[in-house]
Amino acid sequence: MADLTTTFIGIKSPNPFWLASAPPTDKEYNVRRAFEAGWGGVVWKTLGSEGPPVVNVNGPRYGVIHGADRRVLGINNIELITDRPLEVNLREIKSVKRDYKDRALIISLMVPCDEESWKDILHRIEDTGADGVELNFGCPHGMAERGMGSAVGQVPEYIEMVTRWVKKHSRMPCIVKLTPNISDIRKPAEAARRGGADAVSLINTINSITSVNLDDFAPEPMIDGKGTHGGYCGPAVKPIALNMVAEIARSPETHGLPISGIGGVTTWRDAAEFMALGAGNVQVCTAAMTYGFKVVQEMISGLSDYMDRKGFASTADLVGRAVPNVTDWQFLNLNYITKAQIDQDLCISCGRCYAACEDTSHQAIAMSPSRVFTVKDEECVACNLCLDVCPVENCITMRELPQGEVDPRTGRVVSGYANWTSHPNNPMAKQAAE
Amino acid sequence: MTNSQLTPGIVPGRLSAEAYCTNFADIAPPLDAHEVRVAADRCYFCHDAPCVTACPTEIDIPLFIRQIATGTPEAAARTIFSQNILGGICARVCPTETLCEGACVREAAEGKPVEIARLQRHATDTLMAKNAHPFTRAAPTGKRVAVVGAGPAGLAAAHRLAMKGHDVTLLDARPKGGGLNEYGIAAYKTAGGFAQAELDWLMGIGGITLKPGLALGRDLSLAELQAGHDAVFLGLGLGGVNALRAEGEDKANVLPATDFIRELRQAADLATLPIGRDVVVIGGGMTAIDAAVQARLLGAETVTLVYRRSKASMGASTVEQDHATQNGVRIICNAAPVRLLGSGAVVEVEFAYTEAREAGLHLLPQTFRLKADQVFKAIGQTLEPVPEGIATGGGKIAITGPGRTSISGVWAGGDCAQGGDDLTVTAAAEGRDAAMDIHLYLMGA
Ligand SMILES: Cc1cc2nc3c(=O)[nH]c(=O)nc-3n(C[C@H](O)[C@H](O)[C@H](O)COP(=O)(O)OP(=O)(O)OC[C@H]3O[C@@H](n4cnc5c(N)ncnc54)[C@H](O)[C@@H]3O)c2cc1C
Ligand SMILES: Cc1cc2nc3c(=O)[nH]c(=O)nc-3n(C[C@H](O)[C@H](O)[C@H](O)COP(=O)(O)O)c2cc1C
Ligand code: SF4
Repeated sequence: MADLTTTFIGIKSPNPFWLASAPPTDKEYNVRRAFEAGWGGVVWKTLGSEGPPVVNVNGPRYGVIHGADRRVLGINNIELITDRPLEVNLREIKSVKRDYKDRALIISLMVPCDEESWKDILHRIEDTGADGVELNFGCPHGMAERGMGSAVGQVPEYIEMVTRWVKKHSRMPCIVKLTPNISDIRKPAEAARRGGADAVSLINTINSITSVNLDDFAPEPMIDGKGTHGGYCGPAVKPIALNMVAEIARSPETHGLPISGIGGVTTWRDAAEFMALGAGNVQVCTAAMTYGFKVVQEMISGLSDYMDRKGFASTADLVGRAVPNVTDWQFLNLNYITKAQIDQDLCISCGRCYAACEDTSHQAIAMSPSRVFTVKDEECVACNLCLDVCPVENCITMRELPQGEVDPRTGRVVSGYANWTSHPNNPMAKQAAE
Repeated sequence: MTNSQLTPGIVPGRLSAEAYCTNFADIAPPLDAHEVRVAADRCYFCHDAPCVTACPTEIDIPLFIRQIATGTPEAAARTIFSQNILGGICARVCPTETLCEGACVREAAEGKPVEIARLQRHATDTLMAKNAHPFTRAAPTGKRVAVVGAGPAGLAAAHRLAMKGHDVTLLDARPKGGGLNEYGIAAYKTAGGFAQAELDWLMGIGGITLKPGLALGRDLSLAELQAGHDAVFLGLGLGGVNALRAEGEDKANVLPATDFIRELRQAADLATLPIGRDVVVIGGGMTAIDAAVQARLLGAETVTLVYRRSKASMGASTVEQDHATQNGVRIICNAAPVRLLGSGAVVEVEFAYTEAREAGLHLLPQTFRLKADQVFKAIGQTLEPVPEGIATGGGKIAITGPGRTSISGVWAGGDCAQGGDDLTVTAAAEGRDAAMDIHLYLMGA
């Protein structure tokens, strides 16, 4: 078993799996049971200012996208930050942290956008024993309308300002949680870094409507005949989150800024992918909400086996390993030429590759009267759509043409690395040469 | 080929060489990679899952299936083996329709449970194929434990004791270890010499010395064993068989089904194994089914299984009954043997129909006869011989708690001991639990 102990911005936890700030971390009862189940850390459900807590709707809070076998693929929610009194949360946090010193416990915060409010809340949480704070600049519904959450997260200047206040009034490590509801994720991350953040975490949920009730004509979840947009999360959002994490990890302005990866982490593999793209650890919400706290056991055994297989001594060996290989399109090798090939022994003759290529791609698959499907190398542009739609694993594979071989489509000999920046069709390349 | 299914009497080679191969091939071959993913995907990862409760060894089934689903079958195998070191054989022989798969929520909902056993086999096969032993021994304790019987109960106990750092001497009366895994289970459930392969792999933990051909009672006494060891575990199984108590039982070619199966399991070439043209099996449990099916698979023309009570009260599950009928075995219920006829060797068996009455089973005047070149008796096994000085109850070694016998320092588990069903997995559970109790006793906890 590999050692999964992870130190993230100075905070040590027995594994890199933290529960994200959400219902699973809303109270002592949950968090104790989560720690017993093996979670390495938690980010407590977001706390607000002193005073009467927020109220939630009393009808359904979730909309869901199911797979055919009712597998939960994505959830959207219209829940707000904690609706329990601040003193109760603080008392519970203190009590849990006292008993679980080896686990990470971070407090998520969201208070109005003025220095006094932040100073006050930071003062109140000081003696809880918590290991750090996470600033929730992400919540896309309910709080944004009150000038908090994603209303702050969408304005880089606000992020920088609030982060500065937090660093000024607290010595705790500070994680800034980013909203994905923005066109360039690097901007808020840069702002957080300027403000002095120790790390960023992302993503919070994505603005969404999961479905529309076609009898009552309202979005789901429907509250008394009306619905509103919610925040989308779960396996469906992982690709979006991975890209945003990678963007921050490889941008020169934010490179090296610690990242806590969030969004659709369901298995060890998801976690490993986030970490390879630069996340120092991961946070999980929907997987725990779908399968219960025990789901972490598979993440632990899976990541540990993977690290053993790879010979990684610690999670640090994995973190960021894929970052150098994330590049811009223009640097991709245009002389890397592949062709689809169909393994006739594995082929079950469904014809899906043919439909995909013939109807929507490059007419590069031939179909014989006896339903034998073959690739026409002289037409194949190697888009790999046929492989993607094929129901049989490894039936269609992509063969790399070695240098020196002739590409039957272009009639040109395959040569060494060359990218768009120097391609003759690129007007910019010509300009540079002139 | 000189003999056929129609050749009279008891002769070998009724079938072609290929037929023996196909008949005795793996009955549930391994799932391929795609089937594994589809099967694993069906598990709901239930909370406090009913399948776990239904497994005598309480393997964390949802967890291991999730580990398979995420492409880590070795981790899945460790989850299995940490509860049941015989998870490999159990995946092949457990009557899952009455255990985990019977309890699966998808069985209740759709009549189609998650294929737990075949997934378990995928995981355990993957790890065992690497020939890697997943556990290491604790620091040596200097304690010595004798385990008598190298069947599932003894093996599970020996492994757990060795893992805890004790030195284990494992004796078995037979020339090979494995117990009924090697000498009893149907050949098509343990194809490819699995029982011995699993035994070797299990011994990979170290600290276990297997001594075959050594019988308690014959070669050494319980007192002698106790004198040389700090504790003793008895996993003797059931060596004796019940008698039919029907007239003519002593005729030639009337033999215990377990003897027939043992010979079959040890045959180097099944084509040399003689089998009757007409075979009658008496009994209603797993042994009866296995004897009947394998007699058919060896080429017997007719095989009739006769059970004295109703179909519903048969020990064999409906899945096993169906398996028998699919293989051409005729099952007759509510009939008991009254006479075996023939001069010297049996040629016919006379049965009387029965009726269950309050006073017990009643023989009706209506009778019928079945032609029989061979009669296999499968009406239950008995503890034999009973180790000297040990208390018994209901024909088995009396135990309290996790296998403690009436003699201090002596534990028992598996078929020879009271409690639980006579199943491989139950024996594995009892052996493991007794070992944990022995461990606590030895370490003075
Ligand atoms: C024909 C048949 C088919 C079966 N099929 C199935 C099945 O499909 N699925 C299932 O779950 N269960 C099945 N069972 C039941 C299962 O095999 C037993 O429940 C299980 O093997 C019990 O394990 P055990 O270790 O208690 O005993 P055994 O497997 O009987 O092992 C006992 C061992 O102790 C040794 N021994 C006995 N006396 C002495 C002595 N005095 N000194 C030294 N060694 C001794 C024996 O040689 C033997 O190796 C079947 C049983 C039979 C007979
Ligand atoms: C019901 C619900 C409530 C949430 N509440 C909060 C919150 O209070 N504070 C916060 O920072 N994020 C909140 N989130 C967002 C999660 O912490 C997380 O960023 C998001 O769900 C993506 O991760 P996932 O795909 O693992 O669920 C909430 C998510 C859900 C589903
Ligand atoms: S999960 Fe179901 S029972 Fe529990 S609070 Fe929500 S609606 Fe009610």
